[in-house]
Amino acid sequence: MASHRLPALLLAAMLPCVCPAQQDAQKEVERYRQLLAEGNPADLFEARGEELWKAPGGPKKVSLEQCDLGLGAGVVKGAHARLPRYFPDTDRVQDLESRLVTCMVALQGFKPEEAMKNPFSAPGRPSNLEALASYVAGESKGMKLDAPLSHPREIEAFQVGEQLFYRRAGPHDFACVSCHGENGKRIRLQELPKLTDPNDARRIFTSWPAYRVSQGTVRTMQHRLYDCYWQMRHPQMDYTSEASIALEVFMAKYAKGGEIQAPGLKR
Amino acid sequence: MRILLTAVYSLFALVVLDAGCASGPVSDDGARQRAEQVFRESFTHGNRQMAENVERQDEVQELCTRYRNDPPKDVAEKIEKAEAASIRYPVSGKLLGDWRQGEKIAQDGYGMRFTDPDTKRPNGGGCYNCHGIAPAEISYGTVGPNLQRFGAQRGVGEAMQRYVYGKIYDTQGFTACSQMPRFGHNGVLTEEQITHLVALLLDPASPVNR
Repeated sequence: MASHRLPALLLAAMLPCVCPAQQDAQKEVERYRQLLAEGNPADLFEARGEELWKAPGGPKKVSLEQCDLGLGAGVVKGAHARLPRYFPDTDRVQDLESRLVTCMVALQGFKPEEAMKNPFSAPGRPSNLEALASYVAGESKGMKLDAPLSHPREIEAFQVGEQLFYRRAGPHDFACVSCHGENGKRIRLQELPKLTDPNDARRIFTSWPAYRVSQGTVRTMQHRLYDCYWQMRHPQMDYTSEASIALEVFMAKYAKGGEIQAPGLKR
Repeated sequence: MRILLTAVYSLFALVVLDAGCASGPVSDDGARQRAEQVFRESFTHGNRQMAENVERQDEVQELCTRYRNDPPKDVAEKIEKAEAASIRYPVSGKLLGDWRQGEKIAQDGYGMRFTDPDTKRPNGGGCYNCHGIAPAEISYGTVGPNLQRFGAQRGVGEAMQRYVYGKIYDTQGFTACSQMPRFGHNGVLTEEQITHLVALLLDPASPVNR
């Protein structure tokens, strides 16, 4: 019996390596990624974002150029590499998108609900926030992520994010850790980062916002989290919610030191 | 002196690291309560019923969250006993359904997302998201174990059918805090759908075993 089962077990152990069809599929995916990397459509979003940043807008007809993204009013270069962080003027820990909304309200005179009306684009309905986030993130390209984690509110956000990362709920019992707790795993053919592993976190966290080929648009970190909770069979996560920012603070700690490669390019 | 200091610092670092990595109950109840409050305030614009369903964790979800999926032995045994007792087998006694329907259910990820309003369309199991099953399907995930040739290797008798049915119905009756959804216990899949998945894994005619 034992000798009869051994070959089958050996074969089973080897299956992931010997199946030529799968090797071909993985090669195809690699080739596709290389092709795409030669030209990232996110460039167009960065350019549109820069125009939006500099053009007078909102009820007050003022540009966003004096927005304080954490390094002082008007400083865009390097700001994304230091987010999320605590902002004394709003008394909140904020990520890039939350801070863009703050500036649209404070400088341009939008009501918060107007500023957040269209965070995620749909065909024929482009989102200014996706473009603005692409532009600001792109201005930190090549810099090392170094989000501060010293203010008591930043530390609290990290602790909340950590709790939420492990929180299981819903009809499928899913938590973030269900997909992002182990190295080298996949959903279908999509590789999954282990977000508490600095090697994975540095590579992944720093590549958002990113142009998503499957969606034909730039998606932001807020969208990534919203999309994860959708898959987790949770209701829709509020845009710039405190939970979303806490999870970003949690991820940013493990991603510290990673080189900003945003806006990136993804499936 | 410098060497001694370095050694002391290293020891200190080790102790701190160790505390950071230790599994088991998270001592910080304050952070947990704060996180629960933040969670309740972060899903306010969508479906209210859905929000209530995720705000309220059942006991298993609460324990697995608290112990970060690595519960102490006594807690694990308690979960496994209660969950195993919750498994409902079909009254017909028939556990081996139709593998063709099982394959469709394994491929299908539809159901229970906030964009899935069609309550007449049955939920899928989404099994290929995490498992290799029929060898012809090369787009499969690796979060769970590979199940290719499952029946051919494990046998197809009644005991194995009950085991597989139970595993899909409520995996935590066997392994507390497993990452796999409790498909039957939580009403994601019907008893009949689960019998089709049993057939996909065990029926000698299924592509899993041919």
